[in-house]
Amino acid sequence: MSAPVLDIRGLSVSLPKGADRPLAVEDVSFSVDAGELVCVVGESGSGKSVTAFTVMGLNPPRALRAVAGEVLLQGVDVLKQSTPAMRRLRGEKMAMIFQEPMTALNPVMKVGEQIGEMLEIHTGLGPAKRRARVLEAMRDVNLPEPASLYHSYPHQLSGGQRQRIMIAMALTLEPALLIADEPTTALDVTTQAQILALIKDIQRRHGMAVLFITHDFGVVAEIADRVAVMCNGRVVEQGPADRILTRPEDPYTQMLMAAVPSLTPPARLQPKPAPPALEVKGLNKIYGSSGWFGRGRRQVHAAQDVDLTVHPGETLGVVGESGSGKSTVARCVVRLVDPTSGTILIGGQDVARLNERRLRPRRRDIQIVFQDPYRSLNPRRTVGQSIIEGPMNFGMGAAKALANARELMEVVGLLPEALDRFPHQFSGGQRQRICIARALAMEPKVLIADEAVSALDVSVQAQVLDLLADVRARFDLAMLFITHDLRVAAQICDRIMVMRYGQVVEQGLTRDVFGNPHHDYTRALLDAAPGREMSFASAS
Amino acid sequence: MALARGTVEVAAGSVPREAGALSLALGNRGVLWGGMLLVAMALIAAIGPYFTVDATALNPIQRLKPPSAEVWFGSDFLGRDVFARVVSGARISLVVGVAVAVISVAIGLLLGMVAGYLRAFDAPIMRVMDGLMSIPGILLAIALVSLSGATLMTVIVAIVVPEIPRVVRLVRSVVLTVREEPYVEAAIAAGTRPYLVMSRHILPNTIAPLIVQATYICGSAMLLEAILGFLGAGIPPEIPSWGNIMSEGRTYFQISPWIIFCPGIALALTVLAVNVMGDGLRDTLDPRIARKM
Amino acid sequence: MLRYILLRVGATVPVMAVVALFVFLMLRLTPGDPAAVIAGDYATSEDIARIREQLGLNEAIPYQFVTWIRLLLQGDLGTSIFTSLSVTTLISQRIEPTVMLALTTILFSVAVAVPLGAIAAWKAGSLIDRFVMLFSVAGFSVPVFVLGYVLIYVLSMKLNLLPVQGYRSPWQGIGPFLAHITLPTLTLSVIFIALIARMTRASAIEILQEDYVRTAHAKGQNEFTILTRHVLANAAVPIVTVIGIGIALLIGGVVVTESVYNIPGLGRLVLDAVLARDYPIIQGLILFLSFSYILINLLIDISYAFFDPRIRY
Repeated sequence: MSAPVLDIRGLSVSLPKGADRPLAVEDVSFSVDAGELVCVVGESGSGKSVTAFTVMGLNPPRALRAVAGEVLLQGVDVLKQSTPAMRRLRGEKMAMIFQEPMTALNPVMKVGEQIGEMLEIHTGLGPAKRRARVLEAMRDVNLPEPASLYHSYPHQLSGGQRQRIMIAMALTLEPALLIADEPTTALDVTTQAQILALIKDIQRRHGMAVLFITHDFGVVAEIADRVAVMCNGRVVEQGPADRILTRPEDPYTQMLMAAVPSLTPPARLQPKPAPPALEVKGLNKIYGSSGWFGRGRRQVHAAQDVDLTVHPGETLGVVGESGSGKSTVARCVVRLVDPTSGTILIGGQDVARLNERRLRPRRRDIQIVFQDPYRSLNPRRTVGQSIIEGPMNFGMGAAKALANARELMEVVGLLPEALDRFPHQFSGGQRQRICIARALAMEPKVLIADEAVSALDVSVQAQVLDLLADVRARFDLAMLFITHDLRVAAQICDRIMVMRYGQVVEQGLTRDVFGNPHHDYTRALLDAAPGREMSFASAS
Repeated sequence: MALARGTVEVAAGSVPREAGALSLALGNRGVLWGGMLLVAMALIAAIGPYFTVDATALNPIQRLKPPSAEVWFGSDFLGRDVFARVVSGARISLVVGVAVAVISVAIGLLLGMVAGYLRAFDAPIMRVMDGLMSIPGILLAIALVSLSGATLMTVIVAIVVPEIPRVVRLVRSVVLTVREEPYVEAAIAAGTRPYLVMSRHILPNTIAPLIVQATYICGSAMLLEAILGFLGAGIPPEIPSWGNIMSEGRTYFQISPWIIFCPGIALALTVLAVNVMGDGLRDTLDPRIARKM
Repeated sequence: MLRYILLRVGATVPVMAVVALFVFLMLRLTPGDPAAVIAGDYATSEDIARIREQLGLNEAIPYQFVTWIRLLLQGDLGTSIFTSLSVTTLISQRIEPTVMLALTTILFSVAVAVPLGAIAAWKAGSLIDRFVMLFSVAGFSVPVFVLGYVLIYVLSMKLNLLPVQGYRSPWQGIGPFLAHITLPTLTLSVIFIALIARMTRASAIEILQEDYVRTAHAKGQNEFTILTRHVLANAAVPIVTVIGIGIALLIGGVVVTESVYNIPGLGRLVLDAVLARDYPIIQGLILFLSFSYILINLLIDISYAFFDPRIRY
């Protein structure tokens, strides 16, 4: 057997002084053979991206330095190469694609020219020959009408097309190694499936070595030949994908696997019959319709005739890709935006048309938890101040509100002392708990979770999901759960509503929607879910 | 400085650690040195005139004397002591600088808040501000002063007017950005009244950029005051100001350049101190603007 | 594209209206009788009455405004009280030196400032960067006229390199033109260079953090090409914007610079009018210069579509 394309041996990379640990990457060793796809998987801060960037020599030079080990690319140690030599290796021997295909492309340069730049740097080809090669590369990644796309700018393409451009760019010089850093994380699930298939296909056809960085075990199950699991800068376990996914040996890997939500919905208790806590009828939201230039501006029908009902103690999941209008529905229901038409009944009363003053007394019944835990709490106010603000708006005394807040801290699994601290002293998961406590302090009837666990690592995500299920049962909440993640939806929702382009395409019991989808789009979504056939270790 | 500020579109939501802000700021070299120089200048302005000769005393025998051990900065065409005049002129500069900064920030803050938070007022206020910004500040100030007669008061007003639009834009852009933050939306969803949303959650974000802005305004107001004086459209020569000292020195520049250079250096140093302090404050208080400018 | 241009043009109309209204009201609403101020300290009541009549101050204010606007729309900016020349005639006589000075200043400043700012950003934190930042903060702090006198003192009086004052038209020979325009251009450029270099540096530093710069590195592109093709191309919009905003600064600076170097341009015209309290000239010129500023910025707005393909409405 020939030598591996990439061989990382005992690599350590230092972090700048004052970081939470001295080394970003510690004594990491693994290799990637030609024609092999190796996934490096881990949670945020595990050092997986730093490892990839070290191979490319793209880490910020002073902040992150390789202090030990070697990185052999076809036998050449890239850590010892001069800057010009590294520049030659990049593109010719190894290429990289990134997470955000939008920001990874220069917005003021035609995409064809951006691919052509690769040839301009590394070959002596003239413009005409470059163009021919670029078109060939674009065809290779299945871009439609390459000749006209050549002259497009990145903003004129879809996310999937942009990522194909990035892949075409990486492949123009047929490098031996392709590094992919979370290349599908920013994409919708259906696009993700296509890009994953493309990468796998290209890797087979070109016999390339691929180093694939991801946090998503679904993606790992979909494409990996071998897996290295990283945690706090170390590789805790590596081996063939089948073995790692089904029989992980390291406790950390086992814990991660267990945290991956299954696509199979668990059996659910029927909620006891009660009048609906939230009832939405014929909700419409059209953006860009008002204003002086209203007729000229493009109108977006973000929500179209949406009907939904949520009962106390029940969770309704709203599932869809970006632009489906699922968040618009949530924001209309909380009245952070004004619906264009329709009724929103909360406890039987319509709040869709109330002005802010009449609405305010009704606001306590419906609370929301947002996606981004880092922006959801006012950084200048203590956690306690943030939590008691709402109850005090409704006339509760500070002492009483604080006493309640203290109890709520225990409900969400934090210490009461947390009330005196500022948000920046907490991790993302802890902040999301605080946000849940803040919502609960209002004693709402309806709780809306708008992608509330999407920004969290999978292990933290599992804990927050448990907490949400727990408080829903304890306080008999009606919960509207907005998510793009089918696995999460399968686990927490009693009923599911699938949205696309502002419209509801399918609605039903979670079990039915997942087991027997009626609409083509629902089926497409479920088929696209990465790793759907894989049952992860201890997920049963 | 005048214009650099106009382009500071603030990404809001940056958070200086309030408690340590002062010590942090003082740890910055620019803030420390700029601040020290300013304090020294303020002391000179406050008590200096009591230790110098009379700045308005005429001494025809001593006309246009070059700087020497006795008359440090020389004397002007009426034989008045330029050093005494420069010391006394520091008062005008500092008073104008500080007054303009405080008044324009106060008015701009109010208008910016209204424009940013109340949709109905946004367009009218901003169109008026756009119009004001389109009139070159120096021209506007010259016209205002020449029309209403030059006094300390009218000079201050004339400099405040062209400064206001920039403050309004800054405050408005902070309000508009912060208003979209989830924590503000959470507060609204929790039934917090608009004035509390404003004062608790939005306004604190304007403090740091406004302090920085106020410093820059102070510097550019001093420059503008001196320009008005120099062009003969500022405070009348009975009260010595750096601008009018230099204005009077123009005729004699070829033989007595010190009449322009001495107050000129004093002015440049003071404004430099203010701007260096502004840059330092910006770096420490508001790292997100710092990245922008 | 045409739609975008029309929208932009439409958006400048209210701004111009606000400027016109403001300039109009400035005369009418300032405390005191403008006629008395214009007439000066030794005027008789007949003089004042005559000036009131001449300025039309005896009519009702709305009537005055309508009359004024109607004349304005016909291109009549008013007539000087003292010389009885129309403001448009005066402008046409005086505009050349001002435009020349503005052009040389912008060209020189951009040529110096953009490379300086880009290098400072590229080597952020280095000695070069600190020098550029120091220069820019100093440039904002030294008053234009003090700088002018320093340059006159050193280059003209001590070294005898350049003429002290005055202006020569380029049509009369390029040599004398350059000799006379160099000092004013240098004087006026300092603050402009400071402004543009600072903006270029700030934008470039931000763009250097962008993902597409990382992509360019990943392609193996060299630093210089990254700086020009990827960084500066994307910094064009903020740089052009700051140049546009800087025009206001330039107009103010021109008034001062023309005064220092005795250049017979629009700046001198304004200043002489202010000192003579020839109000129609002040009013007409402020309006003219403000409208020029607005139109230049309109052109700059439209040029965005050229620099950034995302801006197409």
